[in-house]
Amino acid sequence: MPRYRYRRFGYTAPPELSGGPRRDCKVAIVGAGPIGLSLAIDLALRGVASIVLDDNDVVSIGSRAICWAKRTLEIFDRLGVGERMVEKGIIWKVGRVYHRERELYAFDLLPEPGHKMPAFINLQQYYVEEYLVERARQFPELIDLRFKNKVVGIEDGSGRATLKVETPDGAYKLHTGYIVACDGAKSPIRSMLGLDFRGQLFEERFLIADIEMQADFPADRRFWFEPTFHEGESALLHKQPDGIYRIDLQLGWDADPEEEKKPENVIPRIKSIVGERPFEIDWVSVYTFQCRRLEHFVHGRVIFAGDSAHVVSPFGARGGNGGIQDVDALGWRLAAVVKGEAREGILERYNAERAHGADENIRNSARTTTFMTPKSDMEKMMRRAVLDLAADMPFARRLINSGRLSVPCSLERFYDIEAIANPPPLPPGRVAVDTPLEKRGESTWLLNQLDDGFTLVTFGDEAKREIDGIRHLRVGADGGDLLDREGFALERYGSGFSYLFRPDQHICAVLREPTAEGVRAAVDKELGR
Amino acid sequence: MKDLADDRLGTAGDDFYEALLEAHKGLSFEEGAALNARLVLILANRIGDLETLKAALAAARRSKE
Repeated sequence: MPRYRYRRFGYTAPPELSGGPRRDCKVAIVGAGPIGLSLAIDLALRGVASIVLDDNDVVSIGSRAICWAKRTLEIFDRLGVGERMVEKGIIWKVGRVYHRERELYAFDLLPEPGHKMPAFINLQQYYVEEYLVERARQFPELIDLRFKNKVVGIEDGSGRATLKVETPDGAYKLHTGYIVACDGAKSPIRSMLGLDFRGQLFEERFLIADIEMQADFPADRRFWFEPTFHEGESALLHKQPDGIYRIDLQLGWDADPEEEKKPENVIPRIKSIVGERPFEIDWVSVYTFQCRRLEHFVHGRVIFAGDSAHVVSPFGARGGNGGIQDVDALGWRLAAVVKGEAREGILERYNAERAHGADENIRNSARTTTFMTPKSDMEKMMRRAVLDLAADMPFARRLINSGRLSVPCSLERFYDIEAIANPPPLPPGRVAVDTPLEKRGESTWLLNQLDDGFTLVTFGDEAKREIDGIRHLRVGADGGDLLDREGFALERYGSGFSYLFRPDQHICAVLREPTAEGVRAAVDKELGR
Repeated sequence: MKDLADDRLGTAGDDFYEALLEAHKGLSFEEGAALNARLVLILANRIGDLETLKAALAAARRSKE
């Protein structure tokens, strides 16, 4: 299998330096990683132009983020790259947990049919970035990708912000309405603003290695506590495309990262897992983990998204997936503000929702880390008790924590949920649950039928009401706009309810008898009008 | 007493485990063992059913082997 070929995206002198035609910049995105690129595409789909600045001109070196969760894939699908990612990725949904050589239990992350996207795919970050760059280049009028454009300074003035940018041809100033910092865990923008990044560092080191080998290992995520093949506390194995396997080995806090990265030290460790099978090392890194976040994600005209705003330990795949959920929550709001359709205050709601999401991700990944790296003899004994009981007692399996894998964050706490006698199956605040549907004889999916704006969907056989300016669909067992032939839609949404979906596919209102006033009021509330 | 094995904590399991470790913070191993002993007695009283407690004792003992 050929190794991934890293190609340079290339540098072009920006119009500020070449004297070419300049466009008014409403949004500058700093960082062309998965988060920055996804945001640029999301904005472009809503007709908003952006300039993306990156100090580099190549995709991620090494596989880095590899586990992409169902909700992320649904967002990527909305952005027009989801199907391509699934086609290339390794699809999986089962996690297996071992204690020594014995399998303790397995968990299934998507036990039911009737969803377009799988529970997870494994796909190297370099492919994700490559596909996103190619997609972004389909919007030449709206997305200006500027590689080797390094942001070195920032000024937040009234009415506009200014970035100082360095390029191979010299420096220039870029005036913009908003800056979105998608510049990663070590965010230079965060440092330039002098913002605190609060949280916890875990005293543990892991070796992460991508190895290329011919093997027929299953796609399942496999996690070992006290593995027999490695003297450390835990090990994790993931399959990736192109015959690459990801191995994570816990090393302990005293391990020397530089020593551990040396081939003479890495090779014996890998051999103990894969046996005498030939393999090649593709990428190695030693990491520690942290759970930290900014207190606030919106600072005047500067907005933080992804790792620049929050970092988590990797077990649970909550870093990259959390960042893509940031994009989902920010894109439509920022677009509405820039287009003058919404009040700027709604960006505060982005902050509130994603701070809530970050806390959930940090809480879960910190707990996993605590379970995986017991620090005292008593913590070790507690964990040992859980593992011992788990073989025979299912309750103890629920306590084993090898990662609580990324699920869509619920926003129920942001909505008043009325205590009614016959509540809808899905309350406001929840993300749309996909279902297979049929449109004029063709198979489709509910999520593919929600468009970039607000969409009202009535489930059941009620007549549809016309509401000006709001797209309204009816899903019925007998037809309507969308036919629920397999019955998943009415089972998941109930009959006789109308759901109003936000532009990011979250439910913001559930109505029994939708009126134009009721729907408009719900939309206005979201837009801060 | 098959239902001893059933999960009754659900998603609160992680909350409980975190609280349990939190209760042990800063204690020596001996002090922790003493805490666990007190905890067993408190929980036993809360369960209040000798049949169940005997089954639990047997299950805990069996698991160790």
